[in-house]
Amino acid sequence: MIAVEFRGFAWRHAGRRARAVAGVDLRVEPGERVLLLGPSGSGKSTLLAALAGLLTGDSGEQDGEVLLDGKPAAEQRARVGVLFQDPETQLVMARSGDDVAFGLENQAAPPGEIHSRVLAALEAVGFPYGPDRPTHALSGGEQQRLALAGVLARRPDLILLDEPTANLDPEGAQEVREALRRSLADSRATMVVVEHRVADVLDLVDRVIALGPGGTLLADGPAAAVLAAHGDALAAQGVWVPGAPLPVRPAGPAGEVALRGEHLSLAHPGADRPALDDVSFALRRGELVAVTGPNGSGKSTLALLAGGLAKPTGGAAAVPGEARPLHRLPARRLAARVGSVFQDPEHQFVTATVRDELAFGPRQAGWPADRTAARVAELLERLRLAPLAEANPHTLSGGEARRLSVAGALAAAPEVLILDEPTFGQDRRTWGELVDLTADIRDEGTALLAVTHDRDFAAALAGRELVLRGGRLAEEEGR
Amino acid sequence: MLTLAPVCDADAPIARVNPVAKLAAVAVVSTTALVAADWLTPLLLLAALAATVPFTGIRLRALGRRLAWLWVAAGTVVIVNALFAAEQTGRILLSLGPVEIGTGALLDGTAIGLRVCVAATAGVLGFATTDPTDLADALTQQLKTPARFTIGALAALRLLPLLGAEWRQITTARRARGLEGGWNPVRRARLFASTMFTLLVGAIRRAGRLAAAMDARGFDSETPRTHAREQRMAAGDWVLIAASAAVSAAAVAASVASGTFTAFA
Repeated sequence: MIAVEFRGFAWRHAGRRARAVAGVDLRVEPGERVLLLGPSGSGKSTLLAALAGLLTGDSGEQDGEVLLDGKPAAEQRARVGVLFQDPETQLVMARSGDDVAFGLENQAAPPGEIHSRVLAALEAVGFPYGPDRPTHALSGGEQQRLALAGVLARRPDLILLDEPTANLDPEGAQEVREALRRSLADSRATMVVVEHRVADVLDLVDRVIALGPGGTLLADGPAAAVLAAHGDALAAQGVWVPGAPLPVRPAGPAGEVALRGEHLSLAHPGADRPALDDVSFALRRGELVAVTGPNGSGKSTLALLAGGLAKPTGGAAAVPGEARPLHRLPARRLAARVGSVFQDPEHQFVTATVRDELAFGPRQAGWPADRTAARVAELLERLRLAPLAEANPHTLSGGEARRLSVAGALAAAPEVLILDEPTFGQDRRTWGELVDLTADIRDEGTALLAVTHDRDFAAALAGRELVLRGGRLAEEEGR
Repeated sequence: MLTLAPVCDADAPIARVNPVAKLAAVAVVSTTALVAADWLTPLLLLAALAATVPFTGIRLRALGRRLAWLWVAAGTVVIVNALFAAEQTGRILLSLGPVEIGTGALLDGTAIGLRVCVAATAGVLGFATTDPTDLADALTQQLKTPARFTIGALAALRLLPLLGAEWRQITTARRARGLEGGWNPVRRARLFASTMFTLLVGAIRRAGRLAAAMDARGFDSETPRTHAREQRMAAGDWVLIAASAAVSAAAVAASVASGTFTAFA
């Protein structure tokens, strides 16, 4: 247990003009469990980094103090443990047990004690394998639980959680929530969690602190009271407030078929079963079809085949007016007919400015310059990217980058758009923007296929749902 | 895939040798082979290496696959050196218009090829049987290399296979944007450069996150680290080093006695 105190704390990242946090005063009592809420840009991550003692003098400029039990946080690092968002970049070692031991070695724990403490930590998070399990063979949820074991083994007095389930699929997120629930119940540590999916962590916390832009204090108190009094304002800022209504955008009648998949199969050499096995479907203009199913059911494979980006081992996907199947079309021609949007927007960026990124597709398709310019201007306006027109795509925030990747794929007006987990890890506000954007594209007559774990997204937009299980089409649901 | 299948089981005799001892043995044998410029010394060393393989617990098939490229490389070295020797000495074996190969040049080329074989075979025997984690443990414990560097490199190594998967994703995403190398070499080169740029942007971000996560687990603290698993130099490890030195000395001695020895100048 440890007391946390911010006294007039302000921070400016090196090279930035505006402060990330401008004057925060806050106290958390020993053993308290706190949820920190706020829109992106409110400095939540900066506050967590300050508590973890990870803000060093050369990375920015600090005013005020961050104190743990009255001493500067930078001197108390051994007493703090942090669980970050990305499971892949938290693991250091090739074997699971070694990874948990890493934090203990750094603490100079007696070598004779390390093994038993490692096993106890693995047990506490419900790790399903032995300590020799290779870390690369773990699922995202298992990796994140291993990272949590690495935090717990050090017996921290302050535990910090930075959106611990944001990068996980629903099953993995559920596993990690279970592990957090069990291990926190056994611990007396003070805890601060940043998470915009409030419902996921509500039963772990007894106090909610809501921040506004620049780290100004909006609300502070018991979770239920804060959410009741400020729910609407928080929802507008991007927080997933439980029970807040979500938009529904039903589609009009669907038009003619824009893409047809016939008996699509893909078997990887050496795999014990095909990734996708004999799936047929038709996609019509003006409709969005959701592709759902558990991990490894072949959803992403279906998206790749429908987008003409992988060669099927059986069957073919085709669009009307093209004699060849999609996977045999030259890239330039493919991009003009079928657009694909990937999970990681940065993989798709091919130019140095937002404006060029939007002009790229139309230029490839051979549009005249004035038509291209008009299209770019229209998209910049519609996606609220106009102020960022000259910015480098790699410098955009998560939500902006995602909007740009969708806009880039549809700039040349393909009749079909394939989306892979378009809402993955987004806050409520970006989510709403993506739903509106997708609905508009659909209602203009584009045919959309969306691979998604997100029930709310499917419910808001999808007219039909293809459910995959073990690579096969398990059922097709109309709504 | 960038990960290679192990050539032996984790409890094979050679896998249990201290990695630093293996490193020393490899260094002794390779250095001897590189310093001797005759053909007999590396040939004897190669024979000695081959004779030890059955006692190491290495799977021969896996080792053969790992060494396959080596025979090609060594063969190329022999041919190139024999063909392009400064002067063709000894009896002329082959004469095809301007191309001549004499026995002297062929012998010199063979000697160079054999040296490459010894160094590479010793390296594969030493490193393909060593777990990177054990190597890092032994480096920090026996050779006292800085943990910041050694463990940092180990952590980076763990992320390496991700780059292959990410390269494929980026290439796929480029095709979706209408970019494809095709047969045009200029376009291919530009696409390669832009894919590499995207890969590097991602790799640098990932490295930053990994560094923060390591620091958050106390990696950068002033406290001296302890070691969960102790690596020790056992008697057998010293025997291995001594044996490699003895075999090297014997090979050189035999070569000197037979009058073929020349040192690399």
